[in-house]
Amino acid sequence: MSEKAKKVAHVESRMVVSTRDKLVGGTIRYIVIALAVIFALFPVVFIVSSAFNPAGTLSTQSLIPRGVENFEELFTNFRALMVDELETYPFWNWILNSFVVASITTVLVVLITAMSAYSFSRFRFYGRRTMLLGILLIQVFPNLLAMVALFLILNDIGRLADTIPEALPFLSFIDWSWIKRFSLDSIGGLILVYMGGAMGINTWLMKGFFDSIPREIDESATVDGATHWQTFWQLIFPLVRPILAVVGVLSFVGTFNEFVLARLVLRDTDSWTLMVGLFNFINSDFNRDWGKFAAGALISGLPVVALYLALQDQIVGGLTQGAVKG
Amino acid sequence: MSAAGSASSPPSGGAGLPSDPFNLLFTILRYAGLMLLNALGLVIIYGFISDDNLSLAIVFAVITVGANIITFVPALYPLRWMTPGLMLVTLLVIYPIIITVVTSTTNYNNFHLFTKAQAVRLLERQRYVPEGAATYAYQIFQNEAGEFALWLSREGEGGALEVAFAPAGAPIVAVANPPAEPPETYEGYRLLAGADRTAALTAAGQTVFGIGDDTAQISSRREAARPLVQRYVYDPATDRLTDNQTGTVYVADNKTGFFTRENSAETLSPGFRVSIGLDNFSRLVSDPGLRGPLVDIFVWTVVFAFLSVVTTFAVGLAMALVLNDPIVRGRKIIRSLLIIPYAMPGVISILVWRGMLDQNLGIITRTIADTFGVQLQWFSDPALAKVAIIIVNLWLGYPYMMLVTSGALQAIPSDVYEAAAVDGANPSQRFWQITMPLLLVTVGPLLIASFVYNFNNYMMIELLTRGDPPIPGSPTPAGYTDILISYTYSLAFGSNQGADYGYASAITIVIFILVAIVTLMQYRFTRSWEEVSENV
Repeated sequence: MSEKAKKVAHVESRMVVSTRDKLVGGTIRYIVIALAVIFALFPVVFIVSSAFNPAGTLSTQSLIPRGVENFEELFTNFRALMVDELETYPFWNWILNSFVVASITTVLVVLITAMSAYSFSRFRFYGRRTMLLGILLIQVFPNLLAMVALFLILNDIGRLADTIPEALPFLSFIDWSWIKRFSLDSIGGLILVYMGGAMGINTWLMKGFFDSIPREIDESATVDGATHWQTFWQLIFPLVRPILAVVGVLSFVGTFNEFVLARLVLRDTDSWTLMVGLFNFINSDFNRDWGKFAAGALISGLPVVALYLALQDQIVGGLTQGAVKG
Repeated sequence: MSAAGSASSPPSGGAGLPSDPFNLLFTILRYAGLMLLNALGLVIIYGFISDDNLSLAIVFAVITVGANIITFVPALYPLRWMTPGLMLVTLLVIYPIIITVVTSTTNYNNFHLFTKAQAVRLLERQRYVPEGAATYAYQIFQNEAGEFALWLSREGEGGALEVAFAPAGAPIVAVANPPAEPPETYEGYRLLAGADRTAALTAAGQTVFGIGDDTAQISSRREAARPLVQRYVYDPATDRLTDNQTGTVYVADNKTGFFTRENSAETLSPGFRVSIGLDNFSRLVSDPGLRGPLVDIFVWTVVFAFLSVVTTFAVGLAMALVLNDPIVRGRKIIRSLLIIPYAMPGVISILVWRGMLDQNLGIITRTIADTFGVQLQWFSDPALAKVAIIIVNLWLGYPYMMLVTSGALQAIPSDVYEAAAVDGANPSQRFWQITMPLLLVTVGPLLIASFVYNFNNYMMIELLTRGDPPIPGSPTPAGYTDILISYTYSLAFGSNQGADYGYASAITIVIFILVAIVTLMQYRFTRSWEEVSENV
């Protein structure tokens, strides 16, 4: 058979797919899939096995835990992490901190940006275009780049707790140390930093959602005597709620997983979030605490993975709009 | 709200009756909130001014005044909705950008942490024990809050015992009719004895007791001196600092940011921040020690970002093609399994990979060593470290590419393929000439976004290799796997040679310009700018 004839035959065979081709193609595909699944799941299996391996060091890990005598031994690492060694590693504090930071940030960001986006979507005012373009530009400067400046700002804010009672003695009856809750080494300071970084992209995103809701709805409400505030809360907000929920979940997970800025701001063991805590766990000695790290990783990773898998269709929808990490 | 409603464009017919109780409550709440904000704003501004921190004082002034203008000018009604957002953006986005630009033109580093006024105040706070100062025997007291106090005693005129009680930061008072031995407790303070006293000695030795002109300090194990004298005095007219103890005069050098002794290289610590123009930027290109690692780091940053995009896209696309084929069964489950790496928190994934690749103990390294007899030095060999980074980033990133290309593939109409098949195009022609071009139109912007993301993928580098192995002979802490942002971070917060915020800010601005150029290309690509203009 000549080259050309071969090609023709091939094309024909593709058009009327034969059973043999199906079988070969299918097998190749399944092999590729199997390799990919092994690649994807190998580290996951490794964490799970490390978490349940009573020998908690890195050097003794294998994919199947060895030498397990009884059922209780499987939970050696979990017990150490959640009960026995709370003095050194306040694990529950970290979990609480992570949840507090992620929830407060998410709720405030969604509310504040929804209000801004409503304004951009419904009102026409002088400077609107400039501000929208400004938001796009600001996004180019991620708050990771500004970390030096953010660090210094939080540091300066914290100094107010001492300078205000010094400079204004008649106000020293107020306990100004609350300002330290918004400076370095505080959860409040971290929330501020996260909120600042989330304003740009989320306002832009939400404006898109609001734009998709017909303005006739507002107008009819206005005719009925509703204020803008009432229209926003009682009409528009419920309509975008499903989308806001997805944005909220993604923002929650993103904040929950954030590490770089959290490590920059939080220095004290008790104020760490889960990710900073897990990092410091093994940073000092990679070998010794491996089992406990794996147990902590499993506890914090499972809910996030479950959330992603449950919402994967919505997340894919959000991805194509460039709304999430990646 | 009714008055405000008329300022916005939608017809405001009978909007918002003034008698509406909900509205009234809302108005009251708003003005109460504003009053609170103003009061707090004033205090904070004053606090920053007295801390010689003029820039933050200005920022808070802008925020406070802005909030008032927005509330009281009806034409700004639309901005009222954005007030909290604008306040946050001003403080935490716009101001940091300005600060970064300004810092990049200063010598802000470990030796120049303070403004000139702050440095002068710190120096003027220093005290010394003048010759001929009275010496006392002392006992250390401490109160519940941990503050120290001294029980000072000496033989006064005529042999009578003379005792004074000197708390830290409060006036020293003479004790009338003193007991021969110090009491166990005195005015809420407790006498420290034995081991407690020894433990407290270091901290108490650094404490200045008393206030104003009458201060005391521990001068040796047995003696304390009183009163102390201010050591440095600043004269703003001549811009000089005089050392009262030695009589030396130090001149402020506003070019280097130090108080320098005349005709000598001796400087006082701390120094202060001064503007050094574009020196940080010219050091980037002119200083051979800095330029060397910077070029390497820049090249690796681009290579890393590029390879990350290419590998994740290739694998993601391959998986999307396989999974889009209807003959594969269980696609939903397979897809769920394959996106697990994307769903896992990044910190955990990277650290687990670092554990698996650990060059002595990691399971992958051990398995390879057992099978092939090669002990792979993942983190001390520059090339292998780079390979490790690319592999781990592939693991983290391909599910994202799989998800977006999968969606884009489904959007390509099937009749295009049918037409191509009729024209005799073979599968590879169909892929390269139909699938790829159409796909790139849709996912192209996302590829550029991914490039930008990886360009600044600090977490990946920091957690997996920390930039190691280090580049030998580099004057600044730099490693073979450092990317620009991780290099900047170690410059700003690195421990070895101290923090250099000025230089780090200069690199930050260079990164910003590079990223802005790439992003601008992306907007061209997606016509985002046109979309903006259309919507306005």
